[in-house]
Amino acid sequence: MNTVFFLMLTASLVALTAIAPDAAFSVMLTGAGKAVETGLSLFAVYAVWLSVLEIMEKTGISRAIYRLFAPLFKKMFKGESEKAVEYVSLNVSANLLGMGSAATPAGIKAMEHMSKKSEKASDNMILFFVINATSVQLIPATIVGMRAAAGSASPSDIILPTLGGTLAAALAGVALAGLCAFAAKKGLPLRGKLARR
Amino acid sequence: MSAYVLPLFIIFVLVVGFCKRVPVYGSFVSGVKQAIELLLSVMPYFCAILIAVELFSVSGLADKLQNALSPLFSALGIPPELTRLVIVRPLSGNGSLAILGEMIEQYGADSYVARCACAVAGAGETTFYVAAIYFSTVRESKLRYAVPVALIASLVGAVTACALVR
Repeated sequence: MNTVFFLMLTASLVALTAIAPDAAFSVMLTGAGKAVETGLSLFAVYAVWLSVLEIMEKTGISRAIYRLFAPLFKKMFKGESEKAVEYVSLNVSANLLGMGSAATPAGIKAMEHMSKKSEKASDNMILFFVINATSVQLIPATIVGMRAAAGSASPSDIILPTLGGTLAAALAGVALAGLCAFAAKKGLPLRGKLARR
Repeated sequence: MSAYVLPLFIIFVLVVGFCKRVPVYGSFVSGVKQAIELLLSVMPYFCAILIAVELFSVSGLADKLQNALSPLFSALGIPPELTRLVIVRPLSGNGSLAILGEMIEQYGADSYVARCACAVAGAGETTFYVAAIYFSTVRESKLRYAVPVALIASLVGAVTACALVR
C-alpha cells in the first residue's frame, strides 16, 4: 500500500506540475476537502445505523439474523468469534436488502472484531472485504432513474446484465480470495506478484 | 415497494426495543458516540486516499492509463468508449455517475455503448473507498492481496455485464 500510494501521489504530482504548476497544491486541498464532505455525510449514516444496531443487539434481533446465516458464515469465516460472525451476517443481509448504508457500519464492526487477532489483514478479513467490494446489488435504482430521465424506451432492461455482472464479480472475488488464502497458507511467495500492490 | 423496506424495518426495531424495555434514547446516544469514534478512525485513511485519487484524475494520468488499457479492454469485449468509466468506477462513485451521465447524453440512452456503460457502472463498486473504510482498523496497513483481488473481480464483473448486454 505504501509503495502504491507513493507512486500514485508522486507520479500525479509530477505530471500535474508539468502542465499546471499552480493547480498542484489546490488539487490536493480539493481532495482533502472532499474527504471532509464525504466524511460528514458518512458520520450521519453511521450515527443513525449504529444506534439502530445497538437496539437490534439489545433486543436480540441481530442474534436471530445471525442464526439464519450462521451455518454458512461459520464455515466461510473459520476461527472468528461469534460476535464477528454476527456482524458479518448483519452486513450481508443489509447488502442483499439494498440497505447499503446500513451494511457499512455493521461491516466495520465485523472487521474490528476480526482484526483483534493480527496486525495485518487476515485471510478472513480480505475475504470479507472482497464480498463488500463486489457487493451484489439487486436493483440499480439510480442508474435506472438516469436512463428514464434520458428518455430510454425501456430503462430497466439493464437490470439483468447488471445483476449478472455483480454476481460474476462476487463469485470471481470469493474464488480468487480463496485461492490466495490457500496459496498463503501453503507458504507460496505471494509477496512477489500480488502483494506488491 | 422497496421504499417501504427501510422505514418499516426501523419502526420494527424501535417497537421491539421499547416493548423489551431497551433504553431507546440511551441506545441512540451511545450509537452516535460510536459514530464519532468511527469517523475519527476512518478519516485519516479516507483523506489520504482521496487526495491521491483527486491528483490522479486531475493530473491526466488517469487519461494516460486509459489509453494504455484501452486495447486490453476491447480484447476482453468491453467497448473502448467505456475504458474511462471502468477506470474511474473503483476510484469514485460520483465521478463514475458523472461520466455515465455524459455517455448517456452523447450516445443516447438505448445505444449499445450506453447500455454497456450502465451495466458496468451498476455492477461495480468504489473499491478504494471500501478498502479505506473497511481496513481502517488494520494497523501497519498491510492489506496483502486484498485490493488486486477486488479489482480483478470487478473487471470480471464488467466483462460479464458487457457480454450480457449484447
